[in-house]
Amino acid sequence: MNIVVCLKQVPDTSEVKLNPETNTLIRDGVQNIMNPFDRQALETALILKDASGAKVTVVSMGPPQAEEILKEAISMGADEGILVSDRALAGSDTLATSFALAGVVKSLGDVDLVLCGKQAVDGDTAQVGPEMAEHLGMSQVTGALKVTMDGEKVLVERENESTSQTLAVELPALVTVTRAEKEPRFASIKGKMKARKAVIPVKTAAELGIDTSMIGLSGSPTKVRKVFTPPVPQVESEIITEEDADKAVDMLLEKLVQANIITR
Amino acid sequence: MAIKIDKEQCIGCESCVATCPTGALSMEDGKANVNEDTCVSCGACVGECPVGAISLGGAAEKKEAAEGKDLWVMVELENGEPVGVTYELLGVAADLAAKCGQRCCAVLVGAEKGDIPAKLFAAGADVVYAVTGAEYAEYNTDLYTNAFCELAESYKPNAVMFGATVDGRDLAPRIAARLKTGLCADCTGLDMAGDLVEWTRPALGGNILATIVCDEHRPQMGTVRPKVFKAKEADASRTGEVVDYEVKNKVASKVTIVRKEALTEAGSIKIEDAEVVCSGGRGLGSCDNFKMLEELAVLFENGTVGGSRAVVDEGWVDHAHQVGQSGKTVTPKVYFAFGISGAIQHLAGMSSSDVIIAVNKDANAPIFKVAQYGIVGDAKEILPKLIAKIKAFKEA
Repeated sequence: MNIVVCLKQVPDTSEVKLNPETNTLIRDGVQNIMNPFDRQALETALILKDASGAKVTVVSMGPPQAEEILKEAISMGADEGILVSDRALAGSDTLATSFALAGVVKSLGDVDLVLCGKQAVDGDTAQVGPEMAEHLGMSQVTGALKVTMDGEKVLVERENESTSQTLAVELPALVTVTRAEKEPRFASIKGKMKARKAVIPVKTAAELGIDTSMIGLSGSPTKVRKVFTPPVPQVESEIITEEDADKAVDMLLEKLVQANIITR
Repeated sequence: MAIKIDKEQCIGCESCVATCPTGALSMEDGKANVNEDTCVSCGACVGECPVGAISLGGAAEKKEAAEGKDLWVMVELENGEPVGVTYELLGVAADLAAKCGQRCCAVLVGAEKGDIPAKLFAAGADVVYAVTGAEYAEYNTDLYTNAFCELAESYKPNAVMFGATVDGRDLAPRIAARLKTGLCADCTGLDMAGDLVEWTRPALGGNILATIVCDEHRPQMGTVRPKVFKAKEADASRTGEVVDYEVKNKVASKVTIVRKEALTEAGSIKIEDAEVVCSGGRGLGSCDNFKMLEELAVLFENGTVGGSRAVVDEGWVDHAHQVGQSGKTVTPKVYFAFGISGAIQHLAGMSSSDVIIAVNKDANAPIFKVAQYGIVGDAKEILPKLIAKIKAFKEA
């Protein structure tokens, strides 16, 4: 069984904070990390590998330093990595990105299961996975909470707003992952040594046989017209700093009663 | 994947440097310089440059836009009834359609029409395209994509809106890739410029907003976040045209549902629908303290409990109650935040609540920036006192 996991290197948005005075972003010390949902997808792949044996190939599209997350994945237990890095990919929207990543997957030959994170935390679109599935002609399931093998099928648990479901999907398939069954593992010593020695092939789009008219700006139907910082609503705050908890609660209660938030 | 800076035009004002969310811009010899390895081409700096020296790179030559007319809304059903966001989208699509002289159309894929078209007309639809059959009783990516794409190729819409629900965000990208068109995810703002939809969406964890257009491909597509737009008051006097469509090229799906069960027990309140959300974070200290929120919630009509990501990870409350970027977006009348500092990811899920009441030890916690009322104090000490005093007040 061949499993491919798509990984994206993203700025650690949980580290991004706002300067309360100027409302601008504090960027100092923001690290690049493996997209957290992709880490869940990787753990899901490694659980399947542990259970029934599989070759796990990790792929990424990005600048040369995206090699870091591929090596990290190998240190956790992935077998091989491949990076597509190409100036021609600059400005790719989700459709162009999905086309390029689908091209990478196609270049790997027979693939049974493609796993992606539900979404990348820098873009939050959740679109690249399903768009890849379409380019690959695979069935898709999004937002997996548990993935298990059942013969030639894969069983996927997911939730929408009102129901919890288990879907049976014939392979080959693409599944996007919200959460692995357990916390993503740490790298083993052996894994770290393997990662250090691993050579990650870095390919251009053309080398992988990807039609370059379908990637980058020319392959991107959407265009960013304007980017702005969201207006911060000016809130009239009545924050109580009374240190005696009983008095503070009395003061709050009075305000909430006046505002009709608490009624008899 | 980097922006381009025209060094000739750059006046060295440094205004772009502070806007860059990834810290890719710096000053070099008095001119802005981009680190091509860290730039994510988000475009945040482009609008900030006072002399227009920054661009997103060599834009493709402008082609004639493909043809398309009318604004379509994909109807999402739950237990055979349209969900809330469907009505919200019909309301905003009707307004936008009026603005550009087009029609607002609903696309209904399901087991049967029943009285749904009348409800869709009442909410703003001029036309209902209906694809019905037993095979559409449950949402299925393959069958719904196939039906929708045939319909879109036959009637050529100008734009299509989907609710940014779990299933809406499963379906829309599959359709967009098949129709080879652009899709804008999880929009919170919509406008029309001629027949071009301007889709506005948060990015980088809600730190910036981007307005996106799809000028050369049709249909223009987007998913729109629930609870952002208000549905119109149902107007039962409105009628419209029902177009029944028979799918010509039927497909089989390789996905089958083997288990399906309701997430919430009958009678319990979904957090998105609650009028009062009593949320807690790590500041409550323990799972037992967190459970006190339930006592607070029952003091309100239509109240329920919510939690930050941290407490969901701790297992104090189920994921279905997580508020924030990776959880639910809520807009209740009253939102209580006990021991929640207010990380950007949390604020993204609750800052549109009507009234926010925060209790936190740290007077500088970001949650106080969005709170109308609050106490600087220990949440685990304040919460039981507040519950007791509200009870006493109600009984007095």
